[in-house]
Amino acid sequence: MDLTPIWLTLKLAGITTLVLLLIGLPLAYWLSKGRSFIKIILEAIITMPLVLPPSVLGFYLLMAFSPQHGIGGWLQKAFNVQLVFSFPGLVLASVIYSMPFMIGPIKSALQQLPVSLAQASYTLGKSEKQTFIHVLLPNIRASVLTAAILTFAHTLGEFGVVLMIGGNIPGVTRVASIAVYDSVENMDYHSANAYSLTLFCITFVMVVSVFVFNKYKAKSPLE
Amino acid sequence: MITVDIEKQLKGYGGQQVLKIAREFPTGSITKIYGPSGAGKTTFLKIIAGLTDPEKGKIVAGGSTWLETRAKISLSPQRRKTGFVFQNYALFPNMTVQRHLEYATNDQQWIERLLKTGKLDTLRTHEPTYLSGGQQQRLAILRALAIKPKLLLMDEPFSALDPEMRAELIGELKPMWKEFGMTVLIVSHDQRELDGITDDELMISTP
Repeated sequence: MDLTPIWLTLKLAGITTLVLLLIGLPLAYWLSKGRSFIKIILEAIITMPLVLPPSVLGFYLLMAFSPQHGIGGWLQKAFNVQLVFSFPGLVLASVIYSMPFMIGPIKSALQQLPVSLAQASYTLGKSEKQTFIHVLLPNIRASVLTAAILTFAHTLGEFGVVLMIGGNIPGVTRVASIAVYDSVENMDYHSANAYSLTLFCITFVMVVSVFVFNKYKAKSPLE
Repeated sequence: MITVDIEKQLKGYGGQQVLKIAREFPTGSITKIYGPSGAGKTTFLKIIAGLTDPEKGKIVAGGSTWLETRAKISLSPQRRKTGFVFQNYALFPNMTVQRHLEYATNDQQWIERLLKTGKLDTLRTHEPTYLSGGQQQRLAILRALAIKPKLLLMDEPFSALDPEMRAELIGELKPMWKEFGMTVLIVSHDQRELDGITDDELMISTP
């Protein structure tokens, strides 16, 4: 079995999770604070990948980042960057596709914290940033871990989006889920089984971890 | 001197109510605030601390304008820096007793004195989950005092303490309030709880 698709999948999931942690924490914090029309629309857009067929999302990303059109054309001309059929393109698609799995649990955990925690910190003279880092974030640790694991596991299982925007280029965009499909197409059931079993084991461990962390969270004094 | 003149709409059990208070609190005074549930006692303290804004009003503390709704002035809670004891304590579950105080101040000597005052020096490494209700309440008081505030706002601060511990703690706190010239506002549902401790009282009731 060629291990390259497995490593590529793990690399993609790792980078996607990291990027989403960096984007997701401040975004979830902002969304958790009050309601406004802009927030409702933005939250709906973030949630769309949960209900939209992955091929639809992949198609629009392909259209948007194709070197012949709009943003893709501009990126190609201005920076000589091509996102379709490349690893960075896969990362971008995965970030958009897995965003609800990172934002949802973090936003929900922040909303469940008593408002008085942040208020107590403000009366001590602490800024919003200090309060977020020292008070809010440590108290939603379990949810952040859950969100990160879910994001990682969800990225491992991507198929439609990555196929549309990345295609099937060995060593570049041929991730494990595509390798399974490709092996079956070529009647190589042995390789298909090996890739499938590896993905199954990794995602099983991930899901078990989520249950373990959730149990830990349920014991938190805030519950 | 703290001058408060505010008006805020409250959504109560019986529909809309108006919280309207105009009052002066001399520097160093200790005022008991009492009244029926839902009358706006906690809201009043939060308005002073800058945690919620009234529709109309003005608050001036020590010559500085904290709130002036007409001029759209409202200082942040960080700039007002009142000591606030929350009714639900609002302790940080991730911090130990000592870390709570270190989060508020860098003055180690002051932290030691506070820990002794609140009889929590032997529990300094404990997180709030491992403290009793009374110990949690004392920690909430100590954390508010840690910043040496000019104005101390306490919402039902002694409700979880037995009468003996309450009397002992108040006996320790009063000289401390005097030492730092703190103006203290204490909300209490029990009208007799603070007898002999406060200099003045304010009854909050909505019409």
